[in-house]
Amino acid sequence: MLSVKGLRANVGENEILKGLDIEVRPGEVHAIMGPNGSGKSTLAHVLSGREGYSVTGGSVTFEGQDLLALEPEERARLGLFLAFQYPVELPGVNNTYFLKAALNSIRKSRGQEELDAVSFLRLIKEKLKILHLDDSLLKRAVNAGFSGGEKKRNEIFQMALLEPKLAILDETDSGLDIDALRVVADGVNALRSPQRAMLVVTHYQRLLDYIEPDIVHVLAKGRIIRSGGKELARELEEKGYGWVLDQEQAA
Amino acid sequence: MTSTQAVDEIVRSEYEHGFVTEIASDTLPPGLDEGVIRAISARKGEPEHMTEWRLQAYRHWLTMPTPAWASVHYPPIDFQAISYYSAPKRPEDAPKSLDEIDPALLETYEKLGIPIEEQKALAGIAVDAVFDSVSVATTFRSTLAEAGVVFCSISEALHSHPELIKQYLGTVVPFTDNFYAALNAAVFSDGTFVYVPPGVRCPMELSTYFRINARNTGQFERTLIIADAGSYVSYLEGCTAPQRDENQLHAAVVELIALEDAEIKYSTVQNWYPGDAEGRGGIYNFVTKRGDCRGARSKISWTQVETGSAITWKYPSCILRGDDSIGEFYSVAVTKGRQQADTGTKMIHLGRNTRSTIVSKGISAGEGEQTYRGLVRIAQRAAGARNHTQCDSLLIGDRCTANTFPYIEVKNPTASLEHEATTSKISDDQLFYCRSRGLTEEDAVSMIVNGFCKEVFNELPMEFAVEAQKLLSISLEGAVG
Repeated sequence: MLSVKGLRANVGENEILKGLDIEVRPGEVHAIMGPNGSGKSTLAHVLSGREGYSVTGGSVTFEGQDLLALEPEERARLGLFLAFQYPVELPGVNNTYFLKAALNSIRKSRGQEELDAVSFLRLIKEKLKILHLDDSLLKRAVNAGFSGGEKKRNEIFQMALLEPKLAILDETDSGLDIDALRVVADGVNALRSPQRAMLVVTHYQRLLDYIEPDIVHVLAKGRIIRSGGKELARELEEKGYGWVLDQEQAA
Repeated sequence: MTSTQAVDEIVRSEYEHGFVTEIASDTLPPGLDEGVIRAISARKGEPEHMTEWRLQAYRHWLTMPTPAWASVHYPPIDFQAISYYSAPKRPEDAPKSLDEIDPALLETYEKLGIPIEEQKALAGIAVDAVFDSVSVATTFRSTLAEAGVVFCSISEALHSHPELIKQYLGTVVPFTDNFYAALNAAVFSDGTFVYVPPGVRCPMELSTYFRINARNTGQFERTLIIADAGSYVSYLEGCTAPQRDENQLHAAVVELIALEDAEIKYSTVQNWYPGDAEGRGGIYNFVTKRGDCRGARSKISWTQVETGSAITWKYPSCILRGDDSIGEFYSVAVTKGRQQADTGTKMIHLGRNTRSTIVSKGISAGEGEQTYRGLVRIAQRAAGARNHTQCDSLLIGDRCTANTFPYIEVKNPTASLEHEATTSKISDDQLFYCRSRGLTEEDAVSMIVNGFCKEVFNELPMEFAVEAQKLLSISLEGAVG
């Protein structure tokens, strides 16, 4: 589904990603862990097409297409979703209206019929139920004046509605207390399916107590220095990132 | 596409409603003197006192310097190069129904997407279409007549309701008020007259579509709306114009009078030709709009969406004379390319416990220059007066400007005033967020701008709000993608 090979990317003069490889197959949940400054957020941004990064080498293929050649909205229409670390506020733009426009633009690009207001509301209700959310977020402007927890829940709600093939969760746990974390993680787990892959980017192991990954990667200095099963995350929690970094250097 | 490129494209998008309709016009040669004024007055068959009034205004105008205080720049206007009267060919047999209207004119409305027939049927709006200077179509007269509402051209009202004209014309905006008000009083060609009798709620929204169409003809409209005690009327004014080479001057005067317990809601959507990329050929829109809340508990509400014109210079204002009267001003103004706008309002609190609300949303893109200029004046006897002002500017790109000049004069210590102002930019983060959800940059800009303007659009009548959003889209996203 997603194949990243030898990816190199710069911010200005600084090389942040230095030859990164990841293979993601449908249904898999990958965790990408790493210390601050290792390039976790850069990876999420480069995959979703944010400006400000220049790719200097390597390739990214998603659903058989050269992902890097596509505009952000084309990537979204192809089934890529980024849950933002810092969701952006859109004052005055009604959340329901925003979601309907987003969903319909994706449906339209796939040759599906656009949903009218009635069917859209029915769909929204269904998704709220799955995620155990109430509808208070719907009447407000997108993320405007939302608490940290509400913003993250809204991201997961968008993900449920847009039904991506690959969801990238960029530090979704940051700034959440344990209750909010549980709500968000429950939402993510409800959306796991054999067709859907997830890339969970996080600094801490605690998110992975709730969202159990199939594969854990350790990202350091712009490269994946180690991959393993979920036990790797626990080991990291106990021994710290210094442990893998030392091993890497010794090797 | 980078966001800078996208913004450039948005900014370069061409005016979509630029075209010229071929209609034979009966036009006075360019130039202005007392003879021209007498000729205009004579063509309209006006009574002697009107001719005199026009001449007084003209003589006063001659003594006035052209005003230079607004934050707008343009070459001096040669008032002798303007033709002051232009009427469709057959003014003597004005059409009785739409069937009689020149098909080319109807076609123009079709091109603009505002077919009169459809509006008639759909919205129940009576349309008094001003095409150039003389009213050519008035509909729904009978329904209005049943309610006792007078809705006609000013020239017609001069003959049918001379006493009302004599009593009210020029009482809110006297010809001594300002340079362009004096010029308008001297040469105004036509406009709309509305009178709503005591206790009557006007059964439909009244609407006039203005269009500047005769080449090199300044348009001087005059609108007078009187809401008698306890009545209510909502008036919609919308404008579009054909593409032009030379600058066109538009100096209208609008006077509103609300008597005791009466309410007037006046909504404008303005989309005149803004000029080409260098700003050549756009309309100069120098308008005086003022409402007088003459009676106690009366209310006047201005809502405007200004997307067109090379230069916009207008301050729809309220004189809150009656005790407990209310004035409101809701505005969205867009400047892009080389457009300039100096707009705002004046709220003059004279009566006790008078209240006013100002919500101004300015959007500037390209090299657009925009100024909000507002005055809130609380007179000495206006005890308990209250004002709330909210002034927000949204910048698109980094070559545009936005200024805010709030003037406040308070002479009564019991008054309460609030002023909020913000300036923001559409951020790359916002655009990226929208795009990562599958929306194009064009849709994202339109959505963010519409969100920014929401408080104002909420004040517009439903069918007008739809049109306003459409105009905003035409203005800001026409050619993207």
